[in-house]
Amino acid sequence: MVFGKNNYAPGTHPDLPPPPGTVGVVGWLKNNLFSSLSNSILTLLSLYLLYLLIEGGLSWFVVDAVVSANDKPGCRKIGNGACWAVIVKRFDQFIYGFYPLAERWRIDTSFFLLFIAAAPLLYPDIKFRKYMLIFSCFYPFIAFILIKGGVFNLLTIETNLFGGAMLTVIIGVTSIACSLPLGILLALGRQSRLKLVKLLSVCFIEFMRGVPLITLLFVASTMLNYFLPPGTNFNLLIRVIIMMTFFSAAYIAEVIRGGIQAIPKGQYEAADAIGLTYWQTTRFITLPQALKISIPGIVNTFIGLYKDTTLVVIIGLLDPLGIGRAALADTKWNGLSTETYLFVAVIFFISCFAMSRYSLWLEKKLSTDHN
Amino acid sequence: MSFNLLKIWRNEKSREIIVQIIVLIIFGWFISWLVGNVSGNFEKLGKDLSFEFLFIPAGYDINQYLISYNNRDSHLRAAVVGLLNTGLVAFFGIIIATIFGLFLGVLRLSKNWLANRIAYWYVEFTRNVPILLHILLWHGIIINTLPHPKQAIDILDVSYLTNRGFYIPKPIAEAGIELFYLFTIIAIIFAILFNKFSKKRQENTGKQMPVFWINLMVIILFPCIALLLNNFPISFSIPELKGFNFRGGLHLSPELIALTFALAIYTAAFIAEIVRAGILAIHKGQREAAESIGLKPDKVMNLVILPQARRVIIPPLTSQYLNLTKNSSLAIAIGYMDLVATLGGISLNQTGREMETMVLVLLIYLCISLSISSLMNWYNYRVKLVDR
Repeated sequence: MVFGKNNYAPGTHPDLPPPPGTVGVVGWLKNNLFSSLSNSILTLLSLYLLYLLIEGGLSWFVVDAVVSANDKPGCRKIGNGACWAVIVKRFDQFIYGFYPLAERWRIDTSFFLLFIAAAPLLYPDIKFRKYMLIFSCFYPFIAFILIKGGVFNLLTIETNLFGGAMLTVIIGVTSIACSLPLGILLALGRQSRLKLVKLLSVCFIEFMRGVPLITLLFVASTMLNYFLPPGTNFNLLIRVIIMMTFFSAAYIAEVIRGGIQAIPKGQYEAADAIGLTYWQTTRFITLPQALKISIPGIVNTFIGLYKDTTLVVIIGLLDPLGIGRAALADTKWNGLSTETYLFVAVIFFISCFAMSRYSLWLEKKLSTDHN
Repeated sequence: MSFNLLKIWRNEKSREIIVQIIVLIIFGWFISWLVGNVSGNFEKLGKDLSFEFLFIPAGYDINQYLISYNNRDSHLRAAVVGLLNTGLVAFFGIIIATIFGLFLGVLRLSKNWLANRIAYWYVEFTRNVPILLHILLWHGIIINTLPHPKQAIDILDVSYLTNRGFYIPKPIAEAGIELFYLFTIIAIIFAILFNKFSKKRQENTGKQMPVFWINLMVIILFPCIALLLNNFPISFSIPELKGFNFRGGLHLSPELIALTFALAIYTAAFIAEIVRAGILAIHKGQREAAESIGLKPDKVMNLVILPQARRVIIPPLTSQYLNLTKNSSLAIAIGYMDLVATLGGISLNQTGREMETMVLVLLIYLCISLSISSLMNWYNYRVKLVDR
């Protein structure tokens, strides 16, 4: 037998390269973009769409855009694209609202401390977690004193000066922090053997989930005072936070209920068998497992709540959207709605996208699956 | 005595009863506190609780009404007009969102990397931005960047896009239209019956028919035949530029378009993810088994994957529809006159009856939500996998 170019002696077969067009850039293109006729058409259509987007978008967003001008006509004189000047001029308001200029370090400090307080809650593996958790417990009081003032020679700032992204963070973080414990209680109530407790929890949850948030905010702004002793009049911001808390607590309760129901029956039977009481079972058996399963759902609810904070503009609070609308009402910037709303949209996109990425990370980290 | 009390407390049954009684007492006290406060406040302000305001003339105009309305009609009628406007937006929003969402979901599952990525980023961008911003953004784009009626964007000389809304031809029924309605109803009934019949036939014999195409043909052809028989009893009113604005045709206000469109594209992003998750939830063994017995790709999808995925997809899909309907209450931000803007907005401000109007608004939304979710529960029960 003669061994030639295409047949080799046993064991002498060289490592040949894969056939051309199945690996590398060409192979990837072939597999992922042009694997069939319909696929190729889809690719070309997508490319055309991208071209249109980039061609139109780039010139409007960047090339023809104007960054510094004093009003809209001034913008139009310089270029035909987006007039980002409205954002640049009012950037401080978008962040701090009407918080006094000299006191803004207080916002910065509490925002910075927020990360330190949140770190041990968000990252279970962090060093010195125990000590940091103590700080987290005190953080709400520190932040309240810093932002509102009134003690330690800090100037008292009225809440109607709160605005911009800072207001969103205040409403969002407070409601999130309060709605989780309330949601857990409601979920336990809904699963309770006590008929009355169950009935009350179900009514509360179904009511909150059945009506739009905006109507609840109207209730907060127009008729909540009727339900309080005559003469009480308390802050609109607090009323809004209470309503947002109730609203998201109902959704969180449903998410956690799903988690509780997913726990195998054997877990409860085992807990009963070793003689744990209801609260011990809840504390050591039910909640650790239920919360772990429901984390993605809880984070999604939080993202929803965070986005829903924009609704406060309708009852007159000035979150970034409200600041944007105020800017548009100014005759100098009249009609620049696209720029303003896009800017606010980007602010929200960045924070919500970050939250959803975090949720994915945590889900992966906590997963005990074998795949 | 104390021994007995301890015994009662330690007995599970009696303890449950005691705890419930305590809860009942606290709850009852809370309710009476609320009622007391409300009556105290009402007395102080000299108000009473009455729904008679519903029957006095509303006195405000609504720019879009599906049933006849003018400002001499009652608050009740204004509320109904608002409710119908909510329904209108929800109806078209749901249809557009479903079609677009399905399309996006299919793209998200596509093996084409580019289309997949575009759909992915579209979904991420859309659902991470608050719905209110979507609504305001689209409303702003329509009223700030579209041209005035004089320079309207002209589509085939019959439709016009302007910053005051879109003007499209309006079909007007003429004598003899009844046959058209009748034939349409017959076509729909036929489609439903035919669907049932072919399903039964398939279950019994395994033979299939192109049900979708036949039904589509019938639903299109039947009404057309009716039109031909009666000498085309439909005419169109075409919008025309008269002076500074368009006359005739059907006017779609910027608010209606912005709201419907924003709600639809926002919800579509969620629907896309639901569709994708539902199809991915089907175990891959199902597909492999279907392929191995020689089913073609479309049969694999229609006979094996979709019937199972439907069970996963429909419950979250309905809750998205419900969300869309509830989100339509944000109409108030751009001045679209829906239920919240009429009854909970202008009627509230004009009559000063916060309690009554808000209670009505809340109850109406609650009724809508609860009836849809009970329908959903019924469906879930019906399609539930039977464990054997």
